[in-house]
Amino acid sequence: MYQYIIRRFLYMIPMLIGITSLSFFIMQLAPGDFLTAMQMSPDFPPEMLAQMRAQYGLDQPVYVQYFQWIFRVFQGDLGYSFMWHAPVTWVLHQRIWNTLLLAVAAMVVAWLVAIPIGIHSATHQYSWSDKLLTFFAFIGISIPNWFFGLLMLYFVVSRGWNLPIGGMMSTDFQDLSLIGKAYDLGRHMLIPVLVLSTGIMAGLMRYMRSNLLDVLKQDYVTTARSKGLRARVVINKHAVRNAINPLITLFGFQLGTVFSGAALTEIVLNWPGIGSLMLTAVQGLDYYLVMGNLIVGGVMLILGNLMADLLLAWSDPRIRFD
Amino acid sequence: MTDSTRTVNNRGQEREQGKEAVRSPWKMAGRRLRRHNLAMAAMVVLIVLHVFAIFADFWVPYGETETDRRRSYHPPTRVQFFDDGSLTRPYVYGYDMVDPGRRQYEIDEDAKYEIQFFAQQGQTYELFGIIESNRRLFSVESPGKIYLVGADQYGRDIFSRLAFGARRSLFIGLIGIAISTTIGMIYGGVSGFFGGWVDNLMMRISEVIISIPAFYLLLALSAVLPANIPSDIRFMMIIGILSFIGWAGMARVIRGMVLSIRQQEFVHGAEAIGCSQPRIILRHILPNTLSYVIVNATLAVPGFILSESGLSLIGVGIQHPQASWGNMLSEALNLSSLSRFPWLLIPGFMIFITVLSYSFFGDGVRDAFDPRASR
Repeated sequence: MYQYIIRRFLYMIPMLIGITSLSFFIMQLAPGDFLTAMQMSPDFPPEMLAQMRAQYGLDQPVYVQYFQWIFRVFQGDLGYSFMWHAPVTWVLHQRIWNTLLLAVAAMVVAWLVAIPIGIHSATHQYSWSDKLLTFFAFIGISIPNWFFGLLMLYFVVSRGWNLPIGGMMSTDFQDLSLIGKAYDLGRHMLIPVLVLSTGIMAGLMRYMRSNLLDVLKQDYVTTARSKGLRARVVINKHAVRNAINPLITLFGFQLGTVFSGAALTEIVLNWPGIGSLMLTAVQGLDYYLVMGNLIVGGVMLILGNLMADLLLAWSDPRIRFD
Repeated sequence: MTDSTRTVNNRGQEREQGKEAVRSPWKMAGRRLRRHNLAMAAMVVLIVLHVFAIFADFWVPYGETETDRRRSYHPPTRVQFFDDGSLTRPYVYGYDMVDPGRRQYEIDEDAKYEIQFFAQQGQTYELFGIIESNRRLFSVESPGKIYLVGADQYGRDIFSRLAFGARRSLFIGLIGIAISTTIGMIYGGVSGFFGGWVDNLMMRISEVIISIPAFYLLLALSAVLPANIPSDIRFMMIIGILSFIGWAGMARVIRGMVLSIRQQEFVHGAEAIGCSQPRIILRHILPNTLSYVIVNATLAVPGFILSESGLSLIGVGIQHPQASWGNMLSEALNLSSLSRFPWLLIPGFMIFITVLSYSFFGDGVRDAFDPRASR
């Protein structure tokens, strides 16, 4: 088991090298270099630019730049964001937790709702409630998150509901008590979490339904039934536990994809996460920040997959590690 | 299908169905698909949408970039069928802007404009660049205007722009899927066929592309696009970017299939009679993956449409004044316009309907090609 975990971690290294190289070369395609946009800004005197150019090795040939850059990346230095006048790592650090908060909250809500619904759907297969839920699931899968977000905003505004329409905190957030802060944050999270979780929910519910239907056909369920166990016990203790097992790996994958998939929703709903950060970085041609974002997104996906594999290894005793 | 598998399949069918005529797996899949009601309904919707897009100039009353500043955010025009309680030719009332600041309009019941069908009205257009005409399915007598679903900020007819936007939004999906599927098949085919270090290297490269979140990669690549390029070239480049991101997942699955197909006898046979390697990959191995490829491609089209509309929505995809469903929605990002002019949301519903239809259709295609299906 430990060997397996170590091997999985070692496997991440070539992936990281690949991701960083790809982001470096994409940025090489861009017109100018990383400091071009800064030259136009009055905030940066030419001496400082020349100094930075030397510091980041931009006067060197491309391959030297690449090795210097990748060397710095693995030391944790992602460069300098001229839009924020701060190191990229600092900017990312400000935003990452907001996105993570949103992603985790959406995941938790989605799982808490989708699993019971999936169980209901499977145990009441082809009933009207199952058909209705299936219908909603198809709509949930097909409606783009950001469009659903826009629809929600429209309803909130046109109905005059007293809900914040974007952002993460009220302006007086700093003055609130701890409970007041939590309440304020919760109100701001309501729409983004609702929007993001419906997207996950729909797929998850369908998945749970089909898994449980498969399990319910198994012999051991028939056995449990025929020895006279109550239906609830058969379903909850025997069937559901086995149907949920394959879903556990999904949790890791989803965390990675939701983290990056939330980008458009963040932009539409004005959530200060790394998705909206990426957009401003792209618009402002803040190349170091763009690359930093790419790397962070890639790392999150890889970590999600790693978590999925580890969870599977932990939950399913049939998995061998060789 | 190669000859060897075809005989096996045919023999199996003959045993099942007695002396009934030989049916290929393709025909059987087609038959199953035709019995899938939901998929067929979805297909009809998709065909309607695509025809709407292709002949956009004819269906709609106004051109793509035809603006009318005095009709900014014009509300949807109601079509009247009754005049003094009796049925008449459909007509519309005139609308007068009563408050230019808040874009409020009032119906002027004295001004009636008849709707004309197949009339020659408005700007001339060139269909496919050859047929020049200004005949339109419907239009109203000037100076009347008809806005079936309202107008946008610049007084452009949203219904007309939906049709022109459909051209980009729908065909980006189709062209994109064609390109990325081709790349994915060839890449996966080569990787699986040669195996060894070639396979290893090629798969690592595809993994890197998969492991960067698609939307971030899209954004980064669109940042690299030069700002002042002609819109046609930008359209092509966006398709290129979308395809660049889309091929890797397909390539990995194809490679897995090729690995197992490669071991089958007909491949050894082809090698033995001296077929060249490209010929074996293209003519013998890849055709066996086609049913998977078709299913997967159908189910992947919505992803392309969503990516394009997402990019255009936030202003890095198709640029104004060219229409795409995504960039039409970007006006709705302004909350004060959105709350007063809710018809700005209509392109979003078009995206939703398209994606829904593709999922239903894709589901049907998958069931049709499923070898375990009974019928």
